[in-house]
Amino acid sequence: MNGIHDMGGMDGFGTVDTRDDGVVFHGKWEGQVMAASRVMGAVGAWNIDQGRYGIEQLPPHRYLTSYYHRWLARCEWALVQYGYADADEIAAGHALRPGRAPPRGKFTTANLDRISHRGSYLRPPQAPARFAIGDRVLARNMHPKGHTRLPRYVRGHVGVVERLHGCQVFPDSAGMGEGDNPQWLYTVRFEGRDLWGADADPTLKVSVEAFEPYLEPA
Amino acid sequence: MSTHDHHDHDHGHRHEHDHGEASELSETELRVRALQTILIEKGYTDPAALDAIVETYETRIGPHIGARIVARAWTDPAFREALLADASKAATPFGYHGKVGDHLVAVENTPERHNMVVCTLCSCYPWDVLGLPPVWYKSFAYRSRTVKEPRAVLREFGVTVPEQAEIRVWDSTAEVRYMVLPERPAGTEGWSEEKLAGLVTRDSMIGTGLPRSPAGEGA
Repeated sequence: MNGIHDMGGMDGFGTVDTRDDGVVFHGKWEGQVMAASRVMGAVGAWNIDQGRYGIEQLPPHRYLTSYYHRWLARCEWALVQYGYADADEIAAGHALRPGRAPPRGKFTTANLDRISHRGSYLRPPQAPARFAIGDRVLARNMHPKGHTRLPRYVRGHVGVVERLHGCQVFPDSAGMGEGDNPQWLYTVRFEGRDLWGADADPTLKVSVEAFEPYLEPA
Repeated sequence: MSTHDHHDHDHGHRHEHDHGEASELSETELRVRALQTILIEKGYTDPAALDAIVETYETRIGPHIGARIVARAWTDPAFREALLADASKAATPFGYHGKVGDHLVAVENTPERHNMVVCTLCSCYPWDVLGLPPVWYKSFAYRSRTVKEPRAVLREFGVTVPEQAEIRVWDSTAEVRYMVLPERPAGTEGWSEEKLAGLVTRDSMIGTGLPRSPAGEGA
């Protein structure tokens, strides 16, 4: 979806506040939201793409709050959306009926390994890769209403395949609850001037990770 | 699929902001407490597990992991090659519990090329080797501008890259995670791996900073 989350190239957000106090969580609640969200992912209640899609659907004024406020809103929404709590329970602040058994059972300290390392999104290929390193490819001009990971700023532009990352879970399917539908994943590199015009920094090259359905031969 | 607009029990951040920092926190904290209570009462997890996750990211998984990887790459050419070929595999011994998850890629800075990592769509970040991202990495200014005017962003971090050098920005739009292998500072010949790791800043592994200068290191 063409949401507020797709920020590459936007103006108006000011300068970067580079200050860093080295603190991981600003307020205990931030860590608690992170932990609650990771738990629900680890028990299999929703996948990473469904989680991202939950955040993308926040209305812009709610998206433009803070990172962990978005996580909190997403977690409340996803619990209801995927059947792990009801809206009246969120409002009441406690459970009013028994929970739904998650696919991977209760998360305890014995399961910490599931969150302390990234999982693998590699899957067996469904077909040979269509593109090879060095190929020129066009990022499709596509505007799906659902979840996608092709940012707007590269759509309609030609780049070069720089890396091949194997066949991986396709977010556009997984985020919509339509299964892994594995697709080849490429790093596609664009010239800054192709993306941003003749006035752009001539030394800039930008890449995105692009799944094969995002691309056409150029 | 229902959207957030239909979520009746959302308190709304706009409202919270209107009431200032103190009341915002208390209202947010109430919602977070409700969330935790529901997860525990429904048997999805327990308090000890929630605390352990927070503790893991506060004390165990952080940029010290990445700094050790960089220092090894600076002192061991074979490791550097292995890291650039398959970072998840090469970095494994340095990871928490001796493991680094998929799908880590290390990109090397040279005099001709400066790398920067961003996630324009959310805030994807190499958690396994750098921990949780700093606030600026998640900021709208960083996410929006890095792919378009990286040199201006770098100036805000106090970093100047030579005019003729390439600026290479990696937008992490999938489940590949990037870390930058910065250049080893001059004047560190003969330094131990441990001492070198002390020069490696978190920002230097994302591309918004450079390693500390050896002159700044105390005796």
